[in-house]
Amino acid sequence: MTFRKYLVLGGITLFAALGDSLLSHGMKEVGSISLNHWSSVLTAVFNPWVALGIVFLLFFFVSYTTALSWADLTYVLPASSLGYVLLAVIARFWLHEQITPMRWFGILLISSGVGFVTQGPALTPQAQHSPTAGFKESEPALPGARQ
Amino acid sequence: MKHAYTWGAIAVVVLASTTGDILLARAMKQVGDVGELWRRTCLWTVASRILRTPSFPLGVVMMAVGFYSLLFALSWADVSLVGPASASLTFVANAAAARFFLHERVDHRRWTAALFVAAGVALLAG
Repeated sequence: MTFRKYLVLGGITLFAALGDSLLSHGMKEVGSISLNHWSSVLTAVFNPWVALGIVFLLFFFVSYTTALSWADLTYVLPASSLGYVLLAVIARFWLHEQITPMRWFGILLISSGVGFVTQGPALTPQAQHSPTAGFKESEPALPGARQ
Repeated sequence: MKHAYTWGAIAVVVLASTTGDILLARAMKQVGDVGELWRRTCLWTVASRILRTPSFPLGVVMMAVGFYSLLFALSWADVSLVGPASASLTFVANAAAARFFLHERVDHRRWTAALFVAAGVALLAG
């Protein structure tokens, strides 16, 4: 793992936390959406907070797909889950919310999970790694792709 | 009734997100390390290679389904329930799906990590 790769994992963490927070704030402004008026969920994207949240989630998507190009899905997901801890820390020290002992225990569990997974290899060894197994290939392998 | 809608939306979020994650992971493994490719070619070439991988657009569609289900769920219930519930269930579903569909080596370390993170996320909602 290089510094650049840790930076990509950090980007996933930061952009997902910011995107989710803005999305949540925006949807509270939009209000409850009924299934009878489901199309109003499409117009929700015009709320500025939702729109800004989507921009951050696009940055998240770029970082996320980049990480998936060199690491396993089961490595990327736990390794980038520190965003939940980041949200709790923001809530405690910026919004002055109370964090209960149960929540601190949750933070400890997430941090331990991240610690566990980052101690191991990021990618399943290639001899046993066959993401296309069970699928019929419709086109030749791309140059530079892992086989 | 609203409670049933919320959990129904959470189930759709988990299913769509897991399917999307698996398809995207498969597509990106076929493309190869984006950083290395970018060094050898230009950004446009890398982007076109990603877009030409069939499972990529399918994965994006499934992620979009998951995203809109999340918007529905967020409009019915608090983010403190919807966010952690969908995220923690998605962690566990992804670990099982990655082992089965992507043949990733999900050893005890990764299972422990997935379960610890899922439990931690659930506790944060408490």
